[in-house]
Amino acid sequence: MKIIVLVKEVPDTYGDRKLDLETGLADRAASEAVLDEIGERALEVALSFADAHDDAEVVVMSMAPETAAPTIRKGLAMGAAAAVHIADPGLAGADLGLTARVLAAAIRRTGFDLVIAGNLSTDGSGGVLPAMLAELLDVPNATALSSIEITADSVSGTRSADDATMRVSATLPAVVSITEAMPSARFPNFKGIMAAKKKPFETLTAADLGVEPHDLSVAMSIMTAIAEKPARAAGLKVTDEGDGGTRIAEYLVENRLV
Amino acid sequence: MMHDLSPEEVQLYDMVCEFADTVVAPQSYEADRSHTLSMDVVAQMGELGLFGLPFPEQYGGQGGDYMALGLAIEALARVDQSIAITLEAAVGLGAMPIFRHGTEEQKAERLPDLVAGRALAGFGLTESEAGSDAGATRTTAVLDGDEWVVNGSKQFITNSGTPITSFVTVTAVTGERTRPDGSVSKELSTIIVPNGTPGFTVAPGYDKSGWRASDTHPLTFDDVRVPAANLLGERGRGFANFLRALDEGRVAIAALATGAAQGCLDEAVAYAKTRNVFGVPIASHQYIAFTIAQMQARVHTSRLAWHDAARRVDAGLPFKKEAAIAKLVASDAAMLNARDATQIFGGMGFMNESLVARHYRDSKILEIGEGTNEVQLMVIARELGLE
Repeated sequence: MKIIVLVKEVPDTYGDRKLDLETGLADRAASEAVLDEIGERALEVALSFADAHDDAEVVVMSMAPETAAPTIRKGLAMGAAAAVHIADPGLAGADLGLTARVLAAAIRRTGFDLVIAGNLSTDGSGGVLPAMLAELLDVPNATALSSIEITADSVSGTRSADDATMRVSATLPAVVSITEAMPSARFPNFKGIMAAKKKPFETLTAADLGVEPHDLSVAMSIMTAIAEKPARAAGLKVTDEGDGGTRIAEYLVENRLV
Repeated sequence: MMHDLSPEEVQLYDMVCEFADTVVAPQSYEADRSHTLSMDVVAQMGELGLFGLPFPEQYGGQGGDYMALGLAIEALARVDQSIAITLEAAVGLGAMPIFRHGTEEQKAERLPDLVAGRALAGFGLTESEAGSDAGATRTTAVLDGDEWVVNGSKQFITNSGTPITSFVTVTAVTGERTRPDGSVSKELSTIIVPNGTPGFTVAPGYDKSGWRASDTHPLTFDDVRVPAANLLGERGRGFANFLRALDEGRVAIAALATGAAQGCLDEAVAYAKTRNVFGVPIASHQYIAFTIAQMQARVHTSRLAWHDAARRVDAGLPFKKEAAIAKLVASDAAMLNARDATQIFGGMGFMNESLVARHYRDSKILEIGEGTNEVQLMVIARELGLE
């Protein structure tokens, strides 16, 4: 069983996160780069399964600038058997469609029974990549799972909605995404960090995957404007003159907050 | 981080920092307040492999070295010196003497549990009249048939009374030796005394002013009988054995002190940028900025000093002087940085909830333990041929 886990380097949410106002891309120098926590959780799902199944092989995969290699390597230190890093300057600023095409090509090249991703990255927050991948790979897709069971030929789990919980399942091969309800990831230990040095780490370009980054025949998203986040305005102050509760309730209803 | 570290060493340091920030720090105030070592944290440190860092995989270790251990201790000490000293003592004083001087049988029996953090061990050296002056040791061990009979008492013994402490290695006088010049000296040996052996009493923990979540007890031995096979290392080599442990321990304490100094620096920088006085952040007052610049300089020099000493340990080079210098410089840095950080915090720095207040109380022992700083000066002077 080969499980590919999609991981991503993102700006640390504990730091100041900024957009470069020239390019519209994340300013990677502005904050520390870390492995996205949701991707770590996805990796934990795969590693827990591999702990109990000797025939399971976990591969971490990421499309990211060359500088992200040490962050991806953390996935190896945590226990993944191999890493695939698609690093190509031509892919800088790639939209979700291009990213999905590149990753789908890389996934197909590596071979897979199951692809596990986080439901939503903490930087781009696109949230549609797993579905796009499933479409391109022509396999079933189970999104936003808050619990997961993997067997030799199927994957199933639960998805929480506002007022119900769905049980979903799919036959393998499949693409699934998990939510933050899944357990947080293990820490890599020193043995893992040292072992990671000797594990296969493949670096690919778009050309290796037969993808043309600037294929104008494919629909793409185009950024039309970018602006600094407006400074926080002063909030509404409610002075309680006996009707404070009512006025707060009215405010919440008016702004659709309840 | 420092340029002398390999990418793997940087990863190790970052990983332990993350563990320290997310798992250790949230419980530190309560653990300090209640004088309790969290066995849950110890267990998680075990799972992380921290207790096995410098030991070979053969015994369940991580296959790292002394540098790796120092990095982990420094990373933990930024937020919690009690947890850092628990690791330092468990590895340097608990497991290392067994690894270095134990028979294959003793290693096979005791190391796997220590290395995995499933068990802790203490090292009983200090007595009311004997510390760095170990020749003044009064505890005795007499061979009676195939058993050692141990009598005496020890004090300030770290990790000696936790729920998972399995034994304490005790230094004891096992006889007398006549030197070639006719003078007589005590023969010191080290003996493994399992917790729970009749006559071995672990008294309640001390009410310390710092390192309050670290487990420290006075021990008494009243006709304690253990098998002759519990002798650790050669009979009469006890002195040489623990001198090596103490020298290495100084490097580890220097790493711990560097972490403490770094923790104070981090807190001071963050606080000075956000705390406003007279309409501006206090960081924009030159006196505060310069104070913090001094703190950074102390952290840097301490780190250089302990890295150098640790690299010498790992390279098999002499390191006595470098260890003493590192311990001296870094413990002073920790104490001074703790003082500066609490001053920058003002009244908030006097509250025990603040990390800097804890560092203020915790750092004093760094100038005392593992040989006082006066002893470090003595060691350095001797290495220079000044007796």
